[in-house]
Amino acid sequence: MAALRVLVGVKRVIDFAVKVRVAPGGGAVQTQGVKHSLNPFCEIALEEAVRLREAGTASEVIAASLGTKASQETLRTALAMGADRAVLAELGEGAAAGPREVATALAGLVRKLQPQVVLLGKQAIDDDCNQTGQLLAAMLDWPQGTFASRVQLEAGHVLVEREVDGGLETLRLRLPAVLTADLRLNEPRYATLPNIMKAKKKPLEVIPAAELGVPAGPPRLKVLQVQEPPPRAGGEKVESVESLVGKLRHAGRI
Amino acid sequence: FKIELTDEQKEFQATARKFAVEEIIPVAAQYDKTGEYPIPLIKRAWELGLMNSHIPESCGGLGLGSFEACLITEELAYGCTGVQTAIEANSLGQMPVIIAGNEHQQKKYLGRMTEEPMMCAYCVTEPGAGSDVAGIKTKAEKKGDEYVINGQKMWITNGGKANWYFLLARTNPDPKAPASKAFTGFIVEADSPGIQIGRKEMNMGQRCSDTRGIVFEDVRVPKENVLIAEGAGFKIAMGAFDKTRPPVAAGAVGLAKRALDEATRYALERKTFGKPIVEHQAVSFLLAEMAMKVELARMAYQRAAWEVDAGRRNTYYASIAKAFAGDIANQVATDAVQIFGGNGFNTEYPVEKLMRDAKIYQV
Repeated sequence: MAALRVLVGVKRVIDFAVKVRVAPGGGAVQTQGVKHSLNPFCEIALEEAVRLREAGTASEVIAASLGTKASQETLRTALAMGADRAVLAELGEGAAAGPREVATALAGLVRKLQPQVVLLGKQAIDDDCNQTGQLLAAMLDWPQGTFASRVQLEAGHVLVEREVDGGLETLRLRLPAVLTADLRLNEPRYATLPNIMKAKKKPLEVIPAAELGVPAGPPRLKVLQVQEPPPRAGGEKVESVESLVGKLRHAGRI
Repeated sequence: FKIELTDEQKEFQATARKFAVEEIIPVAAQYDKTGEYPIPLIKRAWELGLMNSHIPESCGGLGLGSFEACLITEELAYGCTGVQTAIEANSLGQMPVIIAGNEHQQKKYLGRMTEEPMMCAYCVTEPGAGSDVAGIKTKAEKKGDEYVINGQKMWITNGGKANWYFLLARTNPDPKAPASKAFTGFIVEADSPGIQIGRKEMNMGQRCSDTRGIVFEDVRVPKENVLIAEGAGFKIAMGAFDKTRPPVAAGAVGLAKRALDEATRYALERKTFGKPIVEHQAVSFLLAEMAMKVELARMAYQRAAWEVDAGRRNTYYASIAKAFAGDIANQVATDAVQIFGGNGFNTEYPVEKLMRDAKIYQV
């Protein structure tokens, strides 16, 4: 399998361990001064791509992100985990992007870089959209294997095992294809200190997002309001199953 | 003076933190209970590049400075200072070779540390001399092309696990000879005949770390293993401390931060008199002071590390950092136990271990 290039999309998100707060105004979540890191599902996608290269199946792993300058640190982490080079589709300070904009940027990069496989996380943990992979496949008219828990490359095809509600579904897709990674695909490696140091020397290219066709202006999806969930009210203990069923019925829950 | 960490330093910190939280914390209490040497954790730390950070690139290391070592150390110490001390003792043992070893010695003794996970130890303290390094009595007598070592060392971290030791011994028998000329630093292979390794000492805290007494009886060391030259040992030993004292302070800060985090979490959940105890001023004041101490101790070690990395003598700052961090670590750990109340005294909760582990930083 010569020259099989893998493009991995990565997103800079609020770290999963952070206690998220609503920003004053209620239109967004507090991001100022809050710890950010590489989206966990993107990490899994990247790990899979690096493993493909280590197995000799892929020849090059390129990490890409649509974001402001701060996303460079996320791309450096991707390089430290094993990506060969990175590309930032840069947005201006304060600009936002949704799945449509990310898919547009990635489509632009696909036309530039000609990968055979695009690996993305199934969703980002900040907006949980689960749309980018699907939108990208449609834009490129490529087959898609989403929620992948196993990926196997064959000559000209990729075998994808997907976790679906009914169990596991296996698809054989013609390359080039878009895949999105689910939790059980793999366990991402640590960025070891020697690799972090090597990452400094790997190329990181910055391209203005507009050059890839991302329209200027606010994202297509507009967030109207963000609010905290209602505080947890106390529960109630009941004496019997009949009583439990009666109460649930009374509350209109069943 | 830049307080902001570079992107690379943040990445190092992130890897160390992840390792501490995901791999050290779940097993730390068990290692404390059994006192078993944490070989799997040490091996993992070595694989991730968290150990041996000072070793120059020419010997397969990362050639990082004291500042990076401190960042990593604070994160590992947050997980468990016993594990972290075992790892840090490597840096201490290696430092004389890094600052004073010739090319051959560096390639031989530092090179082997980067080829596979291996420990070394710093053998200076004796039963009769700890703080008073110039008071050590272990003798080294030149006999032909070798030195013959006789004496007793004590409290040697990694004593029973080391592959080689840095040893400080008195080569000038004249009691009036100045300390700056009377001692010599040697690299001693741990399997040299005549070395008797004592039992593992059972200590108050950091119990998984291996601390032992070692007896040297007519141990022969080739003259090639002398660092710099006869009589240069004291300066080398002190120079090593300047670089390794800031990370020790960082270890104390890591412990203090852990104590603060555990106490904060508990105070937000535990209710007395109808409200979470954090809402009682006595507790919230205590937490505020604990936080102050952690922040200030951190700044102290950062300054000390930055000074030595900039090529300046940092003994003043390093000593302040270590003394202050050691003191606050004990205070913060004790306060954390206090906040946990009766639960704090119990081994099911993490803070009593922190109090026991903290004491060594003051000693």
